[in-house]
This record gives sequence, C-alpha cells and structure tokens, in this order.
Amino acid sequence: MRYRYFPGCTLKGQAKNMENTTLAAATALGIELVELEEWQCCGAVFPLYEDELISLLSPVRTLAAAEGEPLVSLCAACHHVLKRAQELMQRNEDARHKVTEFLEIDYKGEGRVLHFLEVLRDDLGFDKLAEMIKKPLEGRKAAAYYGCLLLRPSKVMQFDDPENPTIMEDFLQALGAEVVKSPYRTECCGAYLSVTEEGVAADTVARILDSARKAGAEMLITACPLCRYNLENCAAEDGKEPVKVYYFSELLAEAMGLQFDDLMAKAIERRRSSDVGSS
Amino acid sequence: MARTGVFVCHCGTNIAGTVDIDQSVEASRGFPGVVHAGEYRYLCSEMGQDLIKNAIEEHNLDRVVVGTCSPRMHENTFRKAAAEAGLNPYMLEVANIREHCSWVHREMDEATPKAIALLRAAAAKVALNDPLDIPELDVEKRALIIGGGIAGIQAALDIAEAGYVVDIVEREPSIGGRMAQLEKTFPTLDCSACILTPKMVEAAQHPNVNLITYSEIDEVKGFVGQFDVKIRQKARSVDSVKCTGCGICWEKCPSKAPSEFEMGMAKRKAIYVPFPQAVPNVPVIDRDNCLYFKKGRCQICAKECPPEAIDFEQQDVVIERRYGAIIVATGFDQLDPSIYGEYGYGQHPDILTGLEFERLFNASGPTGGKVVRLSDGKPPRNVVFIQCIGSRDKARGMNYCSKICCMFTAKQAILLKEKVPDARSYVFYIDVRTAGKGYEEFQRRAAEEYDVAYLRGQVGKIFPEEDHLVVHGVDSLSGKIVEIKADMVVLAAASIARCDAPEVGRKVGINSDSYHFFNEAHPKLRPVETHTAGVFIAGACQAPKDIPDTVAQASAAAVKAIGLLSKEKLQGEACTAEVIQDECSGCLNCIAVCPYTAITEVEIEERHHGGTLKRTVAQVNPSLCQGCGSCTATCRSGSINLKGFTNEQILAEVDAICL
Repeated sequence: MRYRYFPGCTLKGQAKNMENTTLAAATALGIELVELEEWQCCGAVFPLYEDELISLLSPVRTLAAAEGEPLVSLCAACHHVLKRAQELMQRNEDARHKVTEFLEIDYKGEGRVLHFLEVLRDDLGFDKLAEMIKKPLEGRKAAAYYGCLLLRPSKVMQFDDPENPTIMEDFLQALGAEVVKSPYRTECCGAYLSVTEEGVAADTVARILDSARKAGAEMLITACPLCRYNLENCAAEDGKEPVKVYYFSELLAEAMGLQFDDLMAKAIERRRSSDVGSS
Repeated sequence: MARTGVFVCHCGTNIAGTVDIDQSVEASRGFPGVVHAGEYRYLCSEMGQDLIKNAIEEHNLDRVVVGTCSPRMHENTFRKAAAEAGLNPYMLEVANIREHCSWVHREMDEATPKAIALLRAAAAKVALNDPLDIPELDVEKRALIIGGGIAGIQAALDIAEAGYVVDIVEREPSIGGRMAQLEKTFPTLDCSACILTPKMVEAAQHPNVNLITYSEIDEVKGFVGQFDVKIRQKARSVDSVKCTGCGICWEKCPSKAPSEFEMGMAKRKAIYVPFPQAVPNVPVIDRDNCLYFKKGRCQICAKECPPEAIDFEQQDVVIERRYGAIIVATGFDQLDPSIYGEYGYGQHPDILTGLEFERLFNASGPTGGKVVRLSDGKPPRNVVFIQCIGSRDKARGMNYCSKICCMFTAKQAILLKEKVPDARSYVFYIDVRTAGKGYEEFQRRAAEEYDVAYLRGQVGKIFPEEDHLVVHGVDSLSGKIVEIKADMVVLAAASIARCDAPEVGRKVGINSDSYHFFNEAHPKLRPVETHTAGVFIAGACQAPKDIPDTVAQASAAAVKAIGLLSKEKLQGEACTAEVIQDECSGCLNCIAVCPYTAITEVEIEERHHGGTLKRTVAQVNPSLCQGCGSCTATCRSGSINLKGFTNEQILAEVDAICL
C-alpha cells in the first residue's frame, strides 16, 4: 500500500511525535508513506468565502503534487483544508479554472484525500489491524476525542457520522483498549479562542475532560495538534483525576510494540533521507 | 355547409380591456362557415346565454363558437345553453381568449390578432364537430374505505347511516388507528378511548358496515361507479367466526415480539390483539414470531383454545368486489428522529417521541399508566419537550408545520403535571401555533396554571451524563444559552405520510405532493375530492391534521361519496377514443400506454380477394375510456381518433392559426 504523505508544519515541530509514531507504525503495517517533495503550508484555515481563492493556492498545489495517487495526512487541520479544497475544485469549475491557471498546473480534483485513520479503516481494515497488534492495550480505559475538523462539514469530509462517529472507538477497540464513550467527544475544544478568549476555551475544555472523566476514561486520543494543545493547557485540572491526552498514533505505536528507540532511529533515518532528497 | 355562430364576450374589461371586441367580431364574420357573429358584455349571464339561444333559432345555426374564458370555467354553461336551443352540446367550441390571451398580454394591437386567430381556430374545428352522445354508467351502491382510523370509521358510519353498504379495509388486526394510541385528546382532555371505542363498536355492529381487518388493497381497476377492487385478507390463523376473544391463547403463548401499538416499548405475544379494546376482538398470529411457524412445534394456543378457533392452515384470501366510490383514509406516520444525531434518539431510553411518551400515560401502556423513566423506572422531575423535530426544517426534515405538535405537547405537559405533581416541563419552540377552537386558551393554561416553561429557541444537543440528560439550548428571547438537567426528553417528531403512501396512491390512481401526502382536487374548493372521479380522501393522509379536522373531512368525504352513490346513473365521458379498425395495423402499442386498461385486442374478419382474412386489431371500451388521448398520440398509423378531438379537428385548428 503506497500513499503520498503530506506532513504539514506542526508535525515537524509541536506534534513531531504524531509523525514519528505514525511513520514507525506504518512501516510495521506495510503502509508506505512517501513524503511530498518541497511541500508547503496546507493553507491552515479553509476560507470562509468561496471567492477567497488566494487561500486555495497552497492546498491545490499540494493536491496536484500527489499526481493522482492517494494523499494522506495526519494533522486534522491539514486534512480538513486539503479535503475541502479538493471538494471545491471538483464542484466549482470557475474557481478551479482561476486557481489552476494561476498556478499553471493541471488539476481537476482527482485523487483520494485521506486521513491516516481512514487508511487504517478502509484500506487496511481494523480487523487486519487487530491481528497485527503485538501488545494490546488491555485494561486501558481510552476515550476518543474527535473535535470538529475531521467530521464537519460531514458531506464534504465524508469521514464519519458527525453526531455519532465510531471510527476512533473502532480503532481503539482494534488496539485492544477498553473503549469509553464520552458524550462531549465531538464538541469544540475552543480552537483559537484559547489565545483570544481564554475563558471560553477553559470552559469548553473543562467540559470535555470532565465528561470523559465521569465516563471513566483515563486517557483521550486525538488527531489534532490544536485540540491536544487546548486539552492539555486550557483547563485547571488541579487535584482532579488525570485524563491524559495522546495522539492516536502514539497508542498505535505502543500497541504495535514499537520502542522509543526504534522510533527515534526511524525518525533520524527519515530525516537523513529527506535531507538527501531535498539537496 | 356549416352554419356557425361566433359570440365574443367582453368579460367586463377582463377581455375587452386588451382585445378589440368589435374588430374580433368583424373578423369572425369572414371565417368559413360563419353566418352570424355577435358580442356581449357577460356571455355567461342569463341574458348572454339567451342571446346565444335566440341567435341559434333566428339564424338557424348548427354550430357555435364562444370566445370567452377557459373552457374549464364555463364550457358546461355554454354547452347547456346550446342544448336548450336544440343543438347537440358537443357542437359548441370555446376559444379561450381570456386566460390564453387578454390576461397574458398588455398591448391591444398584439392581443387582438391573437384573439382573432384563436376564434378562427375554434371556428375551423367546430366545422368538423360531430354530435356526440353522453353514455350513461351504472353505479355500484357500495363504498370502500381504505384505512380504519377515526377518519375511516367516521366516513363509514356516515355512509352507512345514509343507507349504503360500506367496507372498511384496515391493515392492522383492529380498527382504531392512531387515535386508539392516544391517552387524552386536546383541548378538552376527553379520554381518547372513551370517545373512540363507542364509534369502533358502532362501526362493527352497524348492519351496513363491513370490517375487513388485517387486509390490504391488492389492486384497483375500473372507474367511478364501478371500481373493481381486489382485497387481500391476510391469513389471521384464527377463525373469526369461532373465536370468542376470551384471550386464553395470548395468555398462554410463550413467544414475544415488540408491540407495534406500544411503539416497540412493550412486548406482545406472537398471537395477539393489538390493544384491549380491539375491534374485532379476534387475535392474529404473527407468523414471523410464532414458534410453530418458525420451528414446527408449540401449538399451545390451539390446545388451549376452547372453541378450537386456531387454524394454522389458513391462507391469504383475495376478495374481489365492486364499489361505486372509494375513500382513502390511510393516516400518517411519525418521523424517525434518529436522523437528528445531536438529539441521540434511539441511543438513550429516556429520549422519546411524542407518541411514545403518550403511551406512558395509558393505563394499558408499557408502564401501566405510570409516567416513569424507561431507564430506571423513576418518575421524571424535569422533562424537556422539543418542538418541530423534522417539521419546518428545510435542511434535514420537512418544510411544513405538522400542525398538531404545539397542542399535543401542551396536553402532555398538563397531563404530566397531573400525574407527577412535582415535575417541571420545559418546551423549546420556534413559534407556538394554536389556531383552533379553544386551542389558544388550552395552551395558555399549560403555561400559566401548569407551570410549563416555554423557551423560544432550539436545542443544539443533548448530552447523556450519569443518570440524566443535559440539554443545551438557546432561549432567544433572553438571548441566553440554557442548560437544563433533564430526566426525560420528548421530541415532537413531524407527522409524515405513510411510507407506503406512494404505492397506495398508485394502486388507487391518485397523486400526491412532494411529501407523499395525497393531493386534493382543489386546495380550497374541492378539498376531499381527488383528480380521479369517485375517489375521495380524508384525514392525515392528505396533510397533518388533528382529530376535529380529520372527522370534519371524513364526514365531507362521506357526503361526496353518498352524493355519488345516490345517483341512478352517472354521465360518462363523451369524448372517448375510437379505433378505425380498417386502418389499424394491430401493433397494440396503444394497450401499453392506456392508463385505464380500456383497450383490448380483438380479431376481425375481412374480405380479401374473395376470401376472408382474420386479423388482430385494437378496440376501445368506451365505458372505461376517460379520453386522455395517450393512445391517439401513440398510434403509428393515426388510426385512433379521440371523439371531439380528432386528428382532423386538431389539424384544422393548427392550419387556422398558422394561415
């Protein structure tokens, strides 16, 4: 199974561990992730106005760079922008002409745009994944936290049912964890309000964590660096039973039995090869 | 040579304001065959009709053209006038110079030549008209009612009282319908069963009413006065004549299945009557859940039945019967709110629909009449009602207002307070709509005397938390986000058409709107008729409605059916299709397109080179033909003519307009 891989900026910094663990696990699962050459920003935020085409230049260039091969990303925000940019290119002929002419590329909206979790669910299969797990997360009470970017707008993202998604729970089940369902798993984490309106983010995050705690979870998984940042930093958690936040891939690598050293070695190897590639 | 008279109507200024009447009359005088032309301010008035009648006599006219409004408006008026003057009514043609001309144009110099062209076309057509006979049809003095809810029962009783035999075909094992599921009825809080059960019994005992329960319509053929209907009576597995309704069988039956009547909230046995007041009080065996039918053993019911009424060998029976009129009263369904994932319906036992909540009040309901949470059996303290679930929702539900929800919610909130005095109700609403006699007062009473909090706004999401439900909503009047810790949530799910309404509509030959509610012939002036003569509609199969409206509409439909049945003969369609058998090639494409199965193939003998030759051709049964013209358009050799609209007549019109 071969995919083009778009990391995005956060995965090379704050969320480095999501990349490291994913790449290591992917290798062990026989999934080849080929990093795009000279990739650039995903666009960060999908434009609210359909005629704000300038924000689409970067994601469309990325989509075209996949050359029709399936394009995988890990960061929920990157995946969100790429998927929606692709949908707009498929739907709005006028916007497509303007953007592709400006970029001087030929792109018609082709190619699958996937989140890595979709690769595991749809291409590998969670049943198959479960068979390949070496160290099941037995007795670990884990809850999924979806946030909004992967799920909505549901007609475009086609990720899962926006109100009652199951992909992350099914993933946790495949890892052998004890799945806990928390009612606030699809609620907003507060997003960028953690910068401008701290009180709002503190409130939303507290609800999410309290709800997970009440449901009996000792950990949450997420696929979004911003969600993780907010969940870890916005709420006053003093004296409460801790709810740890992980990237989904961290639990995946653990359940695959991959040691930290392996991960580091792979990461270093990758960095070397990409240095060679870009020079 | 034709002696045609042309009469142009001013219709006040409706026509004369845009069409030059004098010029039109003058031009009409020059049309071939026209021997007289006149005009009048209002031709449809008595004076106007007299003008036509006198001219027919005075000028010895044998054909008439009137340039007036649409033939749908006054064709019959003028035909009658012509007939009174001794003409065959079909020797008159209407040139529609109002809707087709003066109303759609502004400039007189454009409208006048068009009016003249339309008059010329009508004159050219009428020259080729032949006198037509109106056939008389028999009326079967028996009515069919599809659906045994309150609409069907009311209509049946009215028709039966008028002296005609009426059959109610009901899909379920008992009549009663949705109303039987209700505890109380707004705005007077009568017990639903107390006012419905006597009517059910009356229907069962009335000598003119036949109940055909556990049955469905297989096929409807024929036409007004003579509908030939096949009714499939599903195998009940119980002999209705022997059965005494003692109830031993369903007491002893070991297998259970979810009760449809209790909205799946309670179990019934595999042999069951849907509810205690069922009419007829004869059980059915649900073969999908019966141990004997599944595994070949058990038969406890048969062993225990005192009159030996159980009959495992019973088969479906198809009843074929002729009816003069049909009333469709198939009722409504409740929308499944699980399409609104944010409300979590179906995932939590304390989130119910309005109809489910209603059953909790009922003494024979799933909780024995105790209003308690299904999760833990405790009475609820805080109950949140959410209105317009799927109603007034362009994006995900239905555009329309379901009409009954504001009232049944107020009713349930009142009943709740009476059953659980320390309960508090919250109602999230878009608008409170309580048009109806005594309705507004009733709803105000809920708000003012029963402590029901009305919050204008919508609920965003319901979060199950520990043993309660946290309802996040907005109160748009105070502009505040509200969070209510609720014990139960009741969703006022939209009333929708029955899922098989399109199929029923197809069988009976009536059409429906985009929501699959059956269409009335005219939204104001013909509310219970359909576009199919002899088929009437009543109740919530036409649109969501409450019991008073349903009963009123059912009686109206009954009156229409009685009016039809009371006629000795019906006037049939004069303009029917006719095959010119000498020219017919026998391809029989016409049979495939005929919606009324009026065309059959016949063998004719022809003389051919001294011998005789047998040949297949088409033949139209004029009493079945409704004159739609599909066959004439399909016929490759042009050998089918629609009387009154023959190919020659149509071409003459086209020529007259184009020349």
